[in-house]
Amino acid sequence: MKGKKKFVGLIIYFILLVIPIYWMLNMSLRSNADILASFSLYPENLTFMNYRAIFTDPSWYMGYVNAILYVVLNTVISLGVALPAAYAFSRYQFVGDKQMFFWLLTNRMAPAAVFALPFFQLYSTFGLLDTHIAVALAHCLFNVPLAVWILEGFMSGVPREIDETAFIDGYSFPKFFITIFIPLIRAGVGVTAFFCFMFSWVELLLARTLTVTDAKPISAIMTRTISATGLDYGLLAAAGILTIVPGAAVIWFVRNHMAKGFALGRV
Amino acid sequence: MSLSLQEVTKTVGRETHINTVSLSFESGSRNILLGRTLAGKTSLLRLMAGLDRPTFGRIMANGKDVTGESVRKRSVAMVYQQFINYPSLTVFNNIASPLKLARVEKSEIDRRVRRTAEMLHLDRFLDRLPAELSGGQQQRVAIARALVKETDLLLLDEPLVNLDYKLREELREELQDIFETRKSIVVYTTTEPTEALMLGGNIVVMDEGRVLQTGPTPEVYHHPATTKVAEVFSDPPINFLSGTVRDGVARMGRDIAIPLIHHMHSLKDGDYGFGVRSNHLFLNRRSSDDVEIPATVELTEINGSETFIHATHDSVELVIQEKGVRSVQSGVEITIYVRPSRFFVYDKSGALVASPSVEDLKG
Repeated sequence: MKGKKKFVGLIIYFILLVIPIYWMLNMSLRSNADILASFSLYPENLTFMNYRAIFTDPSWYMGYVNAILYVVLNTVISLGVALPAAYAFSRYQFVGDKQMFFWLLTNRMAPAAVFALPFFQLYSTFGLLDTHIAVALAHCLFNVPLAVWILEGFMSGVPREIDETAFIDGYSFPKFFITIFIPLIRAGVGVTAFFCFMFSWVELLLARTLTVTDAKPISAIMTRTISATGLDYGLLAAAGILTIVPGAAVIWFVRNHMAKGFALGRV
Repeated sequence: MSLSLQEVTKTVGRETHINTVSLSFESGSRNILLGRTLAGKTSLLRLMAGLDRPTFGRIMANGKDVTGESVRKRSVAMVYQQFINYPSLTVFNNIASPLKLARVEKSEIDRRVRRTAEMLHLDRFLDRLPAELSGGQQQRVAIARALVKETDLLLLDEPLVNLDYKLREELREELQDIFETRKSIVVYTTTEPTEALMLGGNIVVMDEGRVLQTGPTPEVYHHPATTKVAEVFSDPPINFLSGTVRDGVARMGRDIAIPLIHHMHSLKDGDYGFGVRSNHLFLNRRSSDDVEIPATVELTEINGSETFIHATHDSVELVIQEKGVRSVQSGVEITIYVRPSRFFVYDKSGALVASPSVEDLKG
């Protein structure tokens, strides 16, 4: 009886979550004229013209390519920097270690808008404006602290004696770190990569400020669909649906790690 | 190989974990570090391994100063109290890892891993991951990894403490046989006096970061130099009654008189502490020499094949260890029997004055 109640509750919750997404899908499969003309729960005149428009126009599809590029770049940088940093925080004691750990987190406390202007000036001085690396680096401001925080939790769950045993056996530090230690915190690395990917993928303000055309991400391009002829509903909906896809794919790949990660670590 | 610690001190923050310890070990020797928890056993092992650096003092191997040398460069193996293995490697690769890193030839690795695995009854599990083994088997893997590389120094930090009783007995016996054949210095820490006695060899009794007494294990057991050593090296802790010797008679507790016979015949007049181990106190008379100690039962603990009876005499707590299951009601008045030849006599400063002769203890 109780299980059934829970089941019904979950179904209702799921439906509420899915309605807007379904509505977007519905709109993406209709033409603008159709959307404005009649209310319909499903596309009566099914058309893929919106999707075709996106996949044939470089100014649209390059948005996805740009976004994927800097997101992947950011995830790699964040993990590359955070893995050694988290190891240091979890294994060594040094003056001000706790303060520094907390300071890292405070970087997440300020809204992105605060950093938009200084970043714009800084990157334009260095000639990095409108490049993928600029956005990837800017997103590190949020993702590195998060990655260090999550990974430190996972690493502290690994007994220090394993490190020592490895050193007694004669492992060099890099060999131990890569062949023994990282496999132990695989779930943590997966979870961290997922969060870095997600934060970078959905972030709009910095990405938009730091790009002009060459590295402009899809979320910025989507804000341009308002024109003299009005809002291009169909196109916008199709772009929205396509924006969900990479995130969903990443979740699919790390879903097992995620479950383990939530159970074990500091997520 | 010989290893010696010279006035080694280790402080962490304001706490002193190891306080000016000087010890030396010869290859082929079996050494037991006995002490209660927090006595500094693990800290000392870590210093010997080179995992920690002593705050003061030097560590010499073969007469060479190795104080600051990295653990990677030393010939050392260590088994921890927790079952420490590489979770992502199979049992075979776990055992093989020190050899692989030492660039031993592949066929040789295979031979040595299989031989060690066989010795520890792991040959059927070589393809499994450590997590797929029972606790006892996991610890066997850790021991196998420590044994496979013939190191000069083999350190075992309470390796059997997390195993159940039966596995512990089994593995302890096997370890004894394995240690016999090794040329390395074996150092084994334990909190249990019985375990120390079973393993034999030499013993180092520790308390609060200091070494209290060293020597061959049975000798230290029979002649604990101070009251503290006697306490640490008896389980349950040795019972003490304070008393005085006057005119050839020792009086202790509430008017218990014992004649000064056997090892006590040359005691001078004065105040002493009389210690007797729990397994030498009995609930029934066993010989005509026995002295009677009246006492009140506080608590009875039944521990498998033994019963521990906690009783008080003259507000001093005494523990009697009797074979078999005995049930004695709390609050009952009992008489404890003890043979006078079983008493360890300590002076007021806690130093040993007279100890029972080994023949007397057996009788």
